[in-house]
Amino acid sequence: MNNIILGISCLNNWDLTIPDLLIAAILPPGIKSQGEEMTFASSKELLSFHWVAYTIYAIFIISIIAWFAYNLTRKEKAKSIVRIPFYGYLGFLVAMGVGHHIFTYNAIPWVSQDIMRHHIKPDASYTFEIAKHKWVNMPKHVTVQCGQTVRFNVKSRDLVYGFGLFRQDGSMVMQMQVNPGTDVNGILESNDILWTFNHNGTFNVMSTEYSGPAAYDKETGEDKMLVKNWLTVEGCKDGGNK
Amino acid sequence: MSFMNNLINGTDFDHKSLNALQKVTLRAVVMSFLFFGLVAIEGMIMRMVQVGPSAPIPHMFFHPAHYFSIMTVHPIVGIFGSTYQLVFGAFMFLVPFLTKKPLYSVKIANAVWLLITIGTAMSWIAAFVWEYAPLYTLYWPLPADTSQFSVVGGIVFIVGVALIMVGTLLFIYNIYATIFARVGVHKNKTTKELLISGFGIDGMLNLIHKLTGKPPYSKEPALALPVVAIFRGTVDTFLDAIVILSAGVLVLIYLIFDASGHPLNVAAIDALLYKNYFWWGLDLVADGLVLIYVAGSWYLLATLITGQKLFMENVARAALMLELLVSWMVWSHHLLADQPQPEMMKLISGEMVTAFELLTQGLALFITLVTLWKARPLKMTPPLAYLLGGLVGFGLAVPAAIIQADMGMNRVLHNTQWIIFAHVHIALIVGLYMTLYSAVYVLWPLATNNTTMFSKKLTWIHFWLYLIGGIGMGAFAGMAGLKGMLRRHLYVHGEFNTLMVLAAICGTMVLIAWFIFLMNIVLSVGIKGLIGIFLPAEDKSASYGIESEEA
Repeated sequence: MNNIILGISCLNNWDLTIPDLLIAAILPPGIKSQGEEMTFASSKELLSFHWVAYTIYAIFIISIIAWFAYNLTRKEKAKSIVRIPFYGYLGFLVAMGVGHHIFTYNAIPWVSQDIMRHHIKPDASYTFEIAKHKWVNMPKHVTVQCGQTVRFNVKSRDLVYGFGLFRQDGSMVMQMQVNPGTDVNGILESNDILWTFNHNGTFNVMSTEYSGPAAYDKETGEDKMLVKNWLTVEGCKDGGNK
Repeated sequence: MSFMNNLINGTDFDHKSLNALQKVTLRAVVMSFLFFGLVAIEGMIMRMVQVGPSAPIPHMFFHPAHYFSIMTVHPIVGIFGSTYQLVFGAFMFLVPFLTKKPLYSVKIANAVWLLITIGTAMSWIAAFVWEYAPLYTLYWPLPADTSQFSVVGGIVFIVGVALIMVGTLLFIYNIYATIFARVGVHKNKTTKELLISGFGIDGMLNLIHKLTGKPPYSKEPALALPVVAIFRGTVDTFLDAIVILSAGVLVLIYLIFDASGHPLNVAAIDALLYKNYFWWGLDLVADGLVLIYVAGSWYLLATLITGQKLFMENVARAALMLELLVSWMVWSHHLLADQPQPEMMKLISGEMVTAFELLTQGLALFITLVTLWKARPLKMTPPLAYLLGGLVGFGLAVPAAIIQADMGMNRVLHNTQWIIFAHVHIALIVGLYMTLYSAVYVLWPLATNNTTMFSKKLTWIHFWLYLIGGIGMGAFAGMAGLKGMLRRHLYVHGEFNTLMVLAAICGTMVLIAWFIFLMNIVLSVGIKGLIGIFLPAEDKSASYGIESEEA
């Protein structure tokens, strides 16, 4: 059962076939959609889908206002393309606002994993710190087998930083904020994230939050917190997964 | 008339004919557009750095301290120096105009633009001279990190921001004192009646009465709808000013103690709690102030352009009340990447309540479009064209943010260029400023006593350059965000070169558009007129369009 269509059809009781075809037409390769759950196995697939969907929307809204502007000035009465009842329009906005989250909850695997992360036993766990714009006690290199779920727990001794994994082409795998702070016993607060790796690759680590100019080389501007080729995922097939 | 003559004397502008209200309005508008030029230049410097080493720009801008100083003051100058000034100037003119009552105090109005101008200049100087660069987010304890930043620079910056907030509070006082003054048409109204109308409760009661078959609660609401929007938006502006001011005081205390040789422990302040408090306040600028002020401006412009009543006015009034509640509960969408933030807050505040902004803004867009549609055929004048441009801007920008206000999407979009360009820059540059340009062209004859605009052609060139440049820059830089480009990061190797070149070209269009607009205005009022705006008014009237200021 396709979950996006389930989400939409629950709200509108539409026929499954037409939206299924539409989605299949715009989906970037690699995203499951036909006859099985629609899920995004990696952020790259999700962002490609997002790019296509938002571009279509942007062209649509610009065209609507342009059509509207043209017909505002014409003496002849414009023929309505579609009549939208006012409360139908309000219902559509609510459905889009809420339906968007229903869709992502079902189609993006890391959402439920994130919410339930304290009840999930990871395959591997790494805890390290950041202090004075330096990674402290961070493993030099991490190797992950395809399909493994890894917990990263990053703590800050001073400022707000970020923890993000990036592909070699610069695109983001995932990120989280790293807040400083201690509990009542003086133990540094955790900032943890679970991530399941389904694609081979070698990834860089960067701080995704600004923590002052000291994070960069004064003269060259090079990012001192960038760690190249920090994590490697292996054992996946070409299209992802084992 | 020669170019030089126009440059010096303008078309037919006579600053001596302006009264005190008109002059104080124009002072704020002039300062706003000067700051807009500064912010556009700052933005272009950052665009050029992001293009990479091949960009024709001095190497000093690639130095992190310099680059992030610019990034720190860019939103201060843009949001407070330019946007606040323009909005405040327009509203200090519109509230007396719409309520047919004099402005409570022209002296306070003068203090407002002066304080905001001085405060913005101080913050800019702190970044330029001392390279104080904690960014506008001021994430604790970065603004108090004296190992990275100069204490003096920090104090100057914070005092500057505090002056802006004091100016903001004075604006609020002036607006409320004007709205609640029981003079003129409001002579027989009670404060309760004005308050009920100000919050849009009368609109909501009218709707309920209609549904239950009762006669309307109020046939003629005490306050015009745009004034309700100004009142409502100002509630959020007040709360936001208090939050920023208190955060500034906190930073100031730490900096002063540090300067005295007795530094305080920064760990005494919980960074996440501070983030929640700060974003609650700061988000009121975006989700309260911008969206509500903009909705009110759309309604006003639609009715002024068409000369007709607003479509579904009671619904619009009620929606402004709904937006009040929504805007107070959405801040967690900024904290979806903060793992210690409770999941329920992310879900309710960050996702679900935030989604209602799609409803409130979509409603404002619909009501404005239908009001225009019912009055067709209309002439495509600059105010109408800019208003439609503003609608396009928010039509693009609001869904771009709603998409990211989601736990799944945020994990791969947080702190990328997506949110700052596809949402913030398109919302501000295209959505807000196109709306404000529309207001400028509508108010121009009123505020300048029917001064002839130098060139209509320049107006249209500005419109198209600005619209295409604004959307283009937001789109190309937003796409870089989808490719992983971070928003608060220095890239020195031109990592996203192609998209940044395209964004820089579009940014240049915006900068040129601003220059064309400025030239059109200067050639209309002349340098003499421009100076005259800042000279004391001979006519001390604090109202426009009414015969006398009866008390």
